[in-house]
Amino acid sequence: MPRLKLITIPGLFCALLLSGCNMVLLSPSGDIAVQQKDIMLISVWLMLIVIVPVMFLTLLFAWKYRSTNTEATYSPEWHHSTILELVIWSVPLIIIIALGAVTWVSTHSLDPYRPIERISEGRNIPMDAKPLVIEVVAMDWKWLFIYPEQNIALVNELAAPVDRPIEFRITSTTMMNSLYIPALAGQIYAMPGMQTQLHAVINKAGDYEGFSGNYSGAGFSHMRFRFHGVSEAEFAQWVEQNRKEGSDLTREAYLKLEQPSEREPVQRFAKVDANLFDAVLNRCVESNRMCIKDMVAIDRKGGMGESGTHNLASNAMIGRRIGLDLASQKTYVGTLCAPQAQADAKSKVL
Amino acid sequence: MSEHFDLSKMIFGRLSWEAIPYHEPILIFTFIGVILGGIVVVGALSYFKLWGPLWRNWITSIDHKKIGIMYMILGLVMFVRGFADALMMRGQQALSFGDNMGYLPPHHYDQVFTAHGVIMIFFFAMPIVTGLMNYIVPLQIGARDVSFPFLNNFSFWMTASGAALVMVSLFVGEFAKTGWLAYPPLSGIMQSPDVGVDYYIWALQIAGVGTLLSGVNLIVTIIKMRAPGMTMMKMPVFTWTALCTNILIVAAFPILTAVLAMLSCDRYLDTNFFTSDLGGSAMLYVNLIWIWGHPEVYILVLPVFGIFSEVVATFCKKRLFGYTSMVYATVVITILSYIVWLHHFFTMGAGASVNSFFGISTMIISIPTGAKLFNWLFTMYHGRIRFELPMVWTVGFMVTFVIGGMTGVMLAVPAADFVLHNSLFLIAHFHNVIIGGVVFGAFAAINYWFPKAFGFKLDYKWGLASFWFWFVGFWVAFTPLYVLGFMGVTRRMSHFDDPSLQIWFQIAAVGGLLVALGIACFFIQIGVSFMNRKKLADVTGDPWDGRTLEWSTSSPPPDYNFAFTPVVHEQDAWFDMKKNGFKRPTEGFIAIHMPKNTGAGFILAMISAAIGFALIWHMWLPVIVCFAALIAAVIIHTFNYNRDYHIPADEVVAVENERTRLLSSHV
Repeated sequence: MPRLKLITIPGLFCALLLSGCNMVLLSPSGDIAVQQKDIMLISVWLMLIVIVPVMFLTLLFAWKYRSTNTEATYSPEWHHSTILELVIWSVPLIIIIALGAVTWVSTHSLDPYRPIERISEGRNIPMDAKPLVIEVVAMDWKWLFIYPEQNIALVNELAAPVDRPIEFRITSTTMMNSLYIPALAGQIYAMPGMQTQLHAVINKAGDYEGFSGNYSGAGFSHMRFRFHGVSEAEFAQWVEQNRKEGSDLTREAYLKLEQPSEREPVQRFAKVDANLFDAVLNRCVESNRMCIKDMVAIDRKGGMGESGTHNLASNAMIGRRIGLDLASQKTYVGTLCAPQAQADAKSKVL
Repeated sequence: MSEHFDLSKMIFGRLSWEAIPYHEPILIFTFIGVILGGIVVVGALSYFKLWGPLWRNWITSIDHKKIGIMYMILGLVMFVRGFADALMMRGQQALSFGDNMGYLPPHHYDQVFTAHGVIMIFFFAMPIVTGLMNYIVPLQIGARDVSFPFLNNFSFWMTASGAALVMVSLFVGEFAKTGWLAYPPLSGIMQSPDVGVDYYIWALQIAGVGTLLSGVNLIVTIIKMRAPGMTMMKMPVFTWTALCTNILIVAAFPILTAVLAMLSCDRYLDTNFFTSDLGGSAMLYVNLIWIWGHPEVYILVLPVFGIFSEVVATFCKKRLFGYTSMVYATVVITILSYIVWLHHFFTMGAGASVNSFFGISTMIISIPTGAKLFNWLFTMYHGRIRFELPMVWTVGFMVTFVIGGMTGVMLAVPAADFVLHNSLFLIAHFHNVIIGGVVFGAFAAINYWFPKAFGFKLDYKWGLASFWFWFVGFWVAFTPLYVLGFMGVTRRMSHFDDPSLQIWFQIAAVGGLLVALGIACFFIQIGVSFMNRKKLADVTGDPWDGRTLEWSTSSPPPDYNFAFTPVVHEQDAWFDMKKNGFKRPTEGFIAIHMPKNTGAGFILAMISAAIGFALIWHMWLPVIVCFAALIAAVIIHTFNYNRDYHIPADEVVAVENERTRLLSSHV
């Protein structure tokens, strides 16, 4: 009976692996994801050096030393062997040293913050290549992608030319999400008030899936987008199409967009307010709100003392001005010196 | 007018009739079922006049054995609830494709997976493990009870109160929709203004007090109450793992209490520990909760390693191979479990060196864990293995757990984790180690020690059926999740668009049903064994030819455990005594000093539950009243000097003579 287990379980597992279903993690299309797959497989092979003998010996011993088999040696007091102890501690130790070395090197070379050093195996990055910068804002529950260089933005659609390094700068409006395009590269969290980064490159043209890998509430299941790997020419065409079809992404349009919604269709924006991403990151898209970086700078100089506690503003006035039915009114630290703040000064509350 | 309005607000807070989920048919049917079941139980208790005995012998009992059994019952009841949640999730994910939205809207589904995680960890695995330690440890070290028997009773009822709050959330209000660790910002007041997260916080805070105190209790018991001669390196391995586990509990649970307290400050008092607006950071929460959360994993699995060590030695009729390295492996795991927490969030953007450090420290844990596996393996080598049920579960564990260990090390490599993090591969991995380890271990333990606790063995056939359904069901349920992980499918999804995934979820659902059959077989096993208890009776107290001291006393043990405190000379003390022709003393018994039952623990815990409920619903007046009552009850209890009694020598003689008679009738 125990012997049956040995054959069925891993056998079944292998059969499933080979069954040709779409295992994107094992056949990715971006160089980073390819290297991550390689690391994954190296770790499996290294561990199988221990796993296979253990499973085999477990079943062998279970069978051989069954109580009905009186032929087998029985030594009830045998409980120590220095040689064996050495082996059972040192073999795993050696494997872990090997795997640890692989881990140290690969974690550094595949650090998502580190600009990539090759396009794919054996192909270095051309000297003049400039990475395509994409600013990502995870919203409830949709994705906003801003292309600062092209001055366009999209909701729930992403495209990048094949073999061009991409640099994602990622933040979030409220929830903790995770930007994950399995075919391209591993994921990284998107967090409000913070910026994370991801460097990657797509090597094959195609239409890939992207989504949030970190549960973020009611609309999470549909927080998905398509990622198109395209040729340079197609990319230029795609940018042009956005310019033609898109509307303006002003700060007001952004404030409307960031309200929670689910199953959002693709939206295109032809022009993006300058420094919008920076404002999102510093939580001061609202014109009467103090940016985190300013707050930090003021605090670093000793803060504003007691008067600082009175410097509050709310989003009520802005909401009314842009015709937004705000689900919840927010009170926050007011800005000190921004032009638009004058207009919203009335919304300051004491 | 307005005064009257305010008063009702002070009393009822946010609670109104709206909080009862009439519109959820699933909940209404469950509710009706619970009410009917409750009426039957209450009716039966009244009809058979069992209220008095229930109160005297169980609720107020400070006997570690009865408290242990109550922990196990609590764990199994909550297990059924948690498993029902699991089946609902499997059903939803198998159905919810394309236009079909399944039968659970996100609002309900998100509560189900949160409740599943919370219940399985805090209210199934923890009570089972604590219950086993409570029952077995004092017997293994030759003690009459734990060091602080009243505290033990109080700890249990605090845990039960926490569990009760989670159950109440099913019918009054709702549970958290945040996932089992309630990460902010999602669990913050802006994103989750309703009562769900508050239920989560207060259930865990109340249960956490119980867990922490039982940890203190068991550490002191093991350190101070061992039988003469039992030096640390002669302690049974299960006691060793229990010691390390409780050290972990005492060191880790205060962190959970602190982090949940900060979260409640954010929710109740408008502080900003975990919001990004005023300088707080959600990353702080994620770090803190995992500094508790990772040791928690070992809190669950270490005692189970101890169980397997006892089972393997007993059923191989052989001394455990490498006792010393087993002990050191346990201690090393205990220490290392504190420096690996960051591997739960490599993807949060820590630098490469930080990630490497935590990745490598995680892999290092696999070395002592591997050593343990080898030690069990070489205990089997040159043994005489009897495939009784505990041993069957153990072999099942060994072949299952190694796979879970392997996928765990894969996840510990940051580069690989970036693609596997939060995927169904991760889900498959931790179920692989928790089911393959903790659950299989719990079943091995139940089958192993049941005769000790109840005086009869468990039925073999139904037990074997339960094992095979569990074993096959587990692999059928979770292999598809490994595959789906490679297909880039993430966790906590209530709906899918890609129809090619559906077949895998359907296979997983079938696996879930097989496991359900395994659970059914287990309960049938208990029922059948109870019916045949005469035939399965164990009169010797040592049904498996055991090696440790719990088998030296009767099954079930008398209230005082041991008439005379045993003296230990060797590891495997009872085996050593048998080998050297130990003769059980039959005369010279004296009166035995014992702690006395008290209702104080139950009363304190019930008041705590009431405070929790009132805090959840912002019922400020009841909060104040109950808090005052709690303080008063504590003070009153301190004036209770009537805390101990002596079992008269006559009674000890009567009990021991009965055992002498049973033993001689057996031979």
